[in-house]
Amino acid sequence: MSAPQAAPRPATGTPPAAARRFPSPGLLFALPFLVLFAVFMVWPLVQGLWMSLTDRSLSAHPPSFVGLDNYAEALGDAEMWRSVGHTVLFTLISTVPLVLVALVMALLVHTGLPGQWVWRLAFFAPYLLPVGVVSLLWLWLYQPDLGLYNHLLNSLGLDGVAWLSDESVAIWAIALTTLWWTVGFNFLLYLAALQSLPDHLYEAAAIDGAGAWRRLGSITLPQLGRITGVITVLQVLASLKVFDQVYLLTKGGPNGSTRPVVEYVYDVGFTGYRLGYASAISYVFFALVVLASVAQLTAFRRREK
Amino acid sequence: MTSTELPVRPARPVRGPVPRAGARRGSAFGTGTNLTLGGSRLTRALALGALAVFAAVWLLPLLWALLTSFKSERDASDPGHWFWPGSGFTLDGFRTVIERGDLPLWMFNSLLISTAVTVVTVLVSAMAGYAFSRTLFTGRRWLFAVTVAAVLVPQQVLIVPWFRQMLALGLIDTYAAVILPQTVMPMMVFILKRHFDSVPRELEEAARLDGAGHWRVFWSIVLPLSRPMLAAVAIFVFITAWNNFLWPFVSTSDPALMTLPVGITSVKDAYGVQYAQTMASAVLAALPLVLVFMLFQRHIVKSVATTGLGGQ
Repeated sequence: MSAPQAAPRPATGTPPAAARRFPSPGLLFALPFLVLFAVFMVWPLVQGLWMSLTDRSLSAHPPSFVGLDNYAEALGDAEMWRSVGHTVLFTLISTVPLVLVALVMALLVHTGLPGQWVWRLAFFAPYLLPVGVVSLLWLWLYQPDLGLYNHLLNSLGLDGVAWLSDESVAIWAIALTTLWWTVGFNFLLYLAALQSLPDHLYEAAAIDGAGAWRRLGSITLPQLGRITGVITVLQVLASLKVFDQVYLLTKGGPNGSTRPVVEYVYDVGFTGYRLGYASAISYVFFALVVLASVAQLTAFRRREK
Repeated sequence: MTSTELPVRPARPVRGPVPRAGARRGSAFGTGTNLTLGGSRLTRALALGALAVFAAVWLLPLLWALLTSFKSERDASDPGHWFWPGSGFTLDGFRTVIERGDLPLWMFNSLLISTAVTVVTVLVSAMAGYAFSRTLFTGRRWLFAVTVAAVLVPQQVLIVPWFRQMLALGLIDTYAAVILPQTVMPMMVFILKRHFDSVPRELEEAARLDGAGHWRVFWSIVLPLSRPMLAAVAIFVFITAWNNFLWPFVSTSDPALMTLPVGITSVKDAYGVQYAQTMASAVLAALPLVLVFMLFQRHIVKSVATTGLGGQ
C-alpha cells in the first residue's frame, strides 16, 4: 500500500475540509485493518467458495471446474452427515450443562460467602489452560487402569468405564471435559450480570419480607433471562465449532463415533488432500453456523418484544 | 479454544436491565452484595456446602495432575499408589522435560506469537474503531456493516483457504503464517468502535481547535482515555491467541515453530506411557497463564466479562 503518512496535521484546521480530502484521514485510519480484513478474511472466503466448485487437491495437477459436484457429493455423503450429527449432539449435550452449571456457580458465589478468591480461581482456572494441557490431563484422568475416575468408581464398588474407547460413552466424556474446561467463562459472564442487578429491587423485596428463595425466584432469575439468552447463543456458536478437544482426546474415534464436522473438513482436506471437497464441506458447516445464529437471534428478538 | 469468535450482540432493548453499561459498581468484581441471600443459617450452610463440592470437583483434576507430576514413573503407573506416591516426591519428571528442551522453545514461540497478534490486533482494531466512530469517509457505513457481519465467520471455515494462501505465498512454517490470519478480529473493531462512541468528545474538539490532527488526537487523547478498555481487549486477544490450536496446528509442521498447545500434544505421542513426565510438562505449560491470572485476577476477570459480551 502506498498510503501517504496517516493524517498529516491539517494546515487548514476545520473538520469539514478534512472530511472532503482524498484519501480522507478516516479511511487511512481504517486502512490497516481493512487490508488485513480483505487479505485474510474476504479473499479466503471468496477463494474457498471458488475452490469448492473445483476438484483442487494438494497434489500438483491443475484443478478443473466441476460446478456443484462437490456439494452434490457432500449431500449424499453419509460420513459427512454422521459428523454433522456428532457436532449437533455435542452442541446439545455441552450447551445445557455449560449454561446451567455456570448459573448455579455464579448464584452461589454471588451470595457473598467467604472465600470469593478461591471459588473464582477454582471455576475459572481451567479456562486458562491451553487445550493441549487439558487433553493431556483428561487422557490421564480417563485412563482405564490408572486414571483417577476409574479409581474412584472402583472404590465405590462400581466397574470402571472405558471413557474414551466406548462408542456410546466417548462423546459424553468429551462434553464433560469441555464442561470442566470452559464453564468458567460463562460463570464470569453470569457473575458480572448478577453484580449489575439494581439494588433497589432487593431492598423493596426485603422490606416486603421476601425470603432468600422468594427473591431468587421472583427477582434474580427473571432478571437473568436476557443474559441467559446471550450466553446460550454464544455457547451454541462455540460448541458448533468444536474440534480441538475431540481431535486431541479421541482423534474422532472410536470408529469415527465422535468426529465433528470440522474434523471431517480437516481429514478430507489435509489427510485426504481433497481441498475442493473440503471447501464444500466448510461451506456446509458455515451454513449451519449462520442458520443457528439467525434462528437464535430471531427467537431472541421475538421474546424481547 | 472454544469461545473465540463471538457473535454480535443483538441491538440493546430499551427495557433490558442486564447488564447495563456503566452500571457496575466500582471494581466490577468486588465482593457481591449479600442481598441475594440474606437468609437463614441453614440456607447459608447449604450454599457453602454446595460451593465446596463444586470447587472440590473442579480442583481435584488439577491436584491429581500436580501430584502425578511429582511422582516417580514407577509410582505413577502403579495402581496401588494412585493418589499418594509410595517412594516420596521427586523432581525427575520435571528434570527430564526441561532437559529435553523443547518446552521452553514452545513457550517462547507462544509468547512471541501471542504478543505479536495482540499488538497488531489492538493497534489496527483501535485505529479502525476510531475511524468508524469519529471520522467521515466514503463507504464508512457499509464497511462497518461488513465488519460487523464478519463476526459470524468461524475461523474453521477459513482454514483450508488460509493454508492454500500460505502455500502460495511461501509462508508455511514461518511465524508470519501463524500470526497474520489471527490478527483479523472484527469483534474487537466492533467493541472498540462502540467504546469510542461512549467517550465524550469535548477534549478532542478542543485539541482539534488547537490544530491537532487526527493522528495526534487519536494517539495522545483517545488512546490514553481508553486505557481500561484497551487493556480488556488486549488481555482477551492474548488469551485467545495463547490458547489457539487449530490454525497453529495446521500451519506449522516444524517442531521449532510450534506453539505450546500444539507442541505439548506431540509429547504425548512420543512419550505416551511416561505419565509423570507428561503431567510435569502439562504443569509447566499451564503455569505461565495461571501465574499471570493470580497476579492480575481482577483485570482478567473484568476483561473476559466485558469483551465476552461484546464490550458492554
